[in-house]
Amino acid sequence: MTKFLERIGSYLEGRLRISGLLEFGRKKKVPEHKHSFWYYFGGLCLFLFFIQVATGILLLLYYVPSIDTAHESIRFIMSQVKFGWLIRSVHSWTANILIGTIFIHMFSAFFLKAYRPPRELTWVSGFFLLLIFLAFGFSGYLLPWNELAFFATRVGTDIAGTIPLVGQTIKEFLLGGPEVSGATLSRFFWLHVAVLPALALAFIGLHVLLVQLHGMSKPIGLRETKEISFYPYFFLKDAQVWMVVLALIGILCVFFPWEIGTKADPFAPTPVGIKPEWYFTFVFTTLKIVPPHILTIEGEVLAILAFLLGAFLWMLVPFLDRRASRDEKSPVLSVLGFIIIVYMVAMTLLTYLLPQVGR
Amino acid sequence: MSQRQISRSSAVPLATRAGRLRSTKTGSPLASALLFLALVSILPASLPAQKNSCLDCHRELEDKLRAPAEAMAGDIHGQFGLSCADCHGGNPLEEDMERAKDRSFKGVPPRTRIPEFCGACHADAAFMRRFNPNLRIDQLNLYWTSQHGQLLKKGDDKVATCTDCHGVHGIHAASFPKSWTFAWNIPQTCGRCHSDRDYMRPYGLPADQVEEYKASVHAQALYEKKDLSAPVCNDCHGNHGAAPPEVSSVAFVCRQCHPSAGDLFSRSPHRAAFDGLGISECEACHGNHRVLRPSDDMLAGGSQDVCLRCHDAETNPYRVGKEIKRLVDAFVVSYENAEALLSAAEKKGVEVSPAKFKLQEANTAIIHLRNLTHTLSISEVEAKLKDGDMVLAEVKASGQRALEEARFRRTGLIVATVFLLLLAVAISIKLRDLRRSSGPEEQT
Amino acid sequence: MNRRKWINLFLGSSILGTVSSFLYPVIRYLIPPRQAQAQARRVFAAQASELAPNSAKLFRFGSAPALLIRTAEGELRAYSAICTHLTCTVHYEEETGTLLCPCHNGRFDLAGNVISGPPPRPLEAYEVEVRANEVFVFKKD
Repeated sequence: MTKFLERIGSYLEGRLRISGLLEFGRKKKVPEHKHSFWYYFGGLCLFLFFIQVATGILLLLYYVPSIDTAHESIRFIMSQVKFGWLIRSVHSWTANILIGTIFIHMFSAFFLKAYRPPRELTWVSGFFLLLIFLAFGFSGYLLPWNELAFFATRVGTDIAGTIPLVGQTIKEFLLGGPEVSGATLSRFFWLHVAVLPALALAFIGLHVLLVQLHGMSKPIGLRETKEISFYPYFFLKDAQVWMVVLALIGILCVFFPWEIGTKADPFAPTPVGIKPEWYFTFVFTTLKIVPPHILTIEGEVLAILAFLLGAFLWMLVPFLDRRASRDEKSPVLSVLGFIIIVYMVAMTLLTYLLPQVGR
Repeated sequence: MSQRQISRSSAVPLATRAGRLRSTKTGSPLASALLFLALVSILPASLPAQKNSCLDCHRELEDKLRAPAEAMAGDIHGQFGLSCADCHGGNPLEEDMERAKDRSFKGVPPRTRIPEFCGACHADAAFMRRFNPNLRIDQLNLYWTSQHGQLLKKGDDKVATCTDCHGVHGIHAASFPKSWTFAWNIPQTCGRCHSDRDYMRPYGLPADQVEEYKASVHAQALYEKKDLSAPVCNDCHGNHGAAPPEVSSVAFVCRQCHPSAGDLFSRSPHRAAFDGLGISECEACHGNHRVLRPSDDMLAGGSQDVCLRCHDAETNPYRVGKEIKRLVDAFVVSYENAEALLSAAEKKGVEVSPAKFKLQEANTAIIHLRNLTHTLSISEVEAKLKDGDMVLAEVKASGQRALEEARFRRTGLIVATVFLLLLAVAISIKLRDLRRSSGPEEQT
Repeated sequence: MNRRKWINLFLGSSILGTVSSFLYPVIRYLIPPRQAQAQARRVFAAQASELAPNSAKLFRFGSAPALLIRTAEGELRAYSAICTHLTCTVHYEEETGTLLCPCHNGRFDLAGNVISGPPPRPLEAYEVEVRANEVFVFKKD
């Protein structure tokens, strides 16, 4: 057996210079310190992304993106296709776990000030990846064409429509018309399986390349630390984390298979308590509790603009954090980050615990 | 009053006015012709009803004398162009009260003459044909056959007459929801007298029929589901010829809507028995006003056992009844088991909609079975059960397969998880080995 | 080193086991299931030639039973077979050319209207389309 593997190894070495890759892996050092636990989350995002690509490609085999058949094709996958329930549930669960992991990864990079020069572009490309994956989540949610997704899409695009000047254009572009319809399903499918994967690949490529170029960032003030080689040590530990997460996903899928829901009926009245997926609820609830008018400007519009401004500033954090770029601790931003997390968590919880609050 | 002024000018013939228009020197003949056409086209719509001094005076009065005038606005007779004088006589063009109540004036008829008062038009086929050829004209004749009519003839004016049920001024068509004779208003209309204990006492009649009816499944269909085809008082008792159906004919009345139960019943030994004993067929077990949703508990041996009303517990007929109930119960239990099996599988995440579809057939079988109990025939019940049992067997097989699938998934999960954990452990061992072999310069 | 060999063997076989337990579902998934395609709002009901005049076929529309009827004049009509009284399945009765519900003898005409018996509402009608000898039934929007 070993000889066989050796033969394959030498064949690949001659053709692909695998040893170059492995040497790079050995040279790449991963610091070990009390915060190095957070290093796992970047690789985890990548791993989960690969799971999404694989399960997504498999789902494409049986899914039909037409309003007459989309819902039925999901039901077909869940009931008739062998292990269809598994592939689909993995895809749906992993989507949510991936977005959660992205947030953790982003905030850990924020608090560890990993965006300090020369890693500013890593942060910016990461920011775009956040947007890309939120778009993945939003577009993918509609594809089963069930009641919850239909109305959540309507609510979401309505919110987009409130952006002054460009809102209506954006909304109509997304919807493929004035309202959620078959055209919307086609567009979301187009985004979800073609446009966004291409963008994701490009940005992930850039992001990962930058990480390899600059190496792992160390927390401010930490000069000398233990270091281990990426290959084989950190890679193997990474793999362990991935195995555990995989087992977790398996458990979730068997005991909590993803719901099919009821087929969307555009003529039915909006069900009570409609809300978007959890990762959008903090925006959604904020808009619900904002007062209707603040100094003659519509409350919702102001809130949306505030979010957009906040997101823009968030993207520019590496350039705004002067202290960190001097390798000094910047507690102000850390506190701000903490407040932002508390706010997001609180608004999210509020959505589920007190659904009747706001209009 | 502007009305009087308009009516004065309308008394002038149109032709003369048009002629006067045409002869004016100012304005072209074309303009005058157009004006004439315009006047002619709008006049009929704007022409007010013939002068009606009855309404004019009565509107000025108070309370009881004012009420009829106010109510006539929505009255159906009014919509057909009929008014006070068409029923009460008199001259509505005459303003002076004494001269208005001329020889044709009939005034308010006494209660015992109301049927003929209304019947003067409503029993006249030729007259009614002018307004509504489809409207019946036999109400008066039917009325005389009713209990109300018979008592009225004898001089009892406490019984219901036309106006007690239809109203008097402001009558609506029976198909209009505000009408006192619209389906869901009828129990209230009849109940005005028939639920009044004191009113009914001299006649020796109970006063709980409406209350009983309101507890029934028919009332539920009518009031809650808004199903206007549900029976109300007149559907079983008749409208104008209202009388309680005789014992022998209650069943015919029920059979109007429930023919299949009636046919099945007729095939059973109960038919001859009930008729022989003079027991009213459907009513004996299901009641007359308080007809409740039937349940399996009404069968022999159940908590609402109706068989015991006539049969002794140890007799053969009763045993047949008990056997039928046993068969029905067994099937229902089997159905519920199948249903539970499917929901258990569904809760475990397995899709069972094809099996649920099949289960609907079994549901059909149960409903049909329950109707078949009217035949009192064990063989018929068993025949139906055979089909039903086959369906349930299929459903249960599907359910079992679904549960197996759920078990398979959990087993698969365990296998995969075990491999994953083994792999994690293998990696740990490999790591430790690598560290040991690479020496102290390679940090953990 | 013997020890190294065992460790590598252990690692190799657990990798193999894990990969197989993932590959197996994927391969089964790729094999087409018996029912080739998902059912839609538009359902294939029957071959046009399989229905003689004055006969009907019970088929599945979505998750509910439906009837495809060929009238005596040769016209194709489709209705939901769920009786509006108590949801029993309605059948076509040849002798009378009407739809009969066996539970309480509710009867519907070939326009879906109630002729007699307890059903309170007519049967839901579906649209029929025939293409190349295949009859499709769908709900009108």
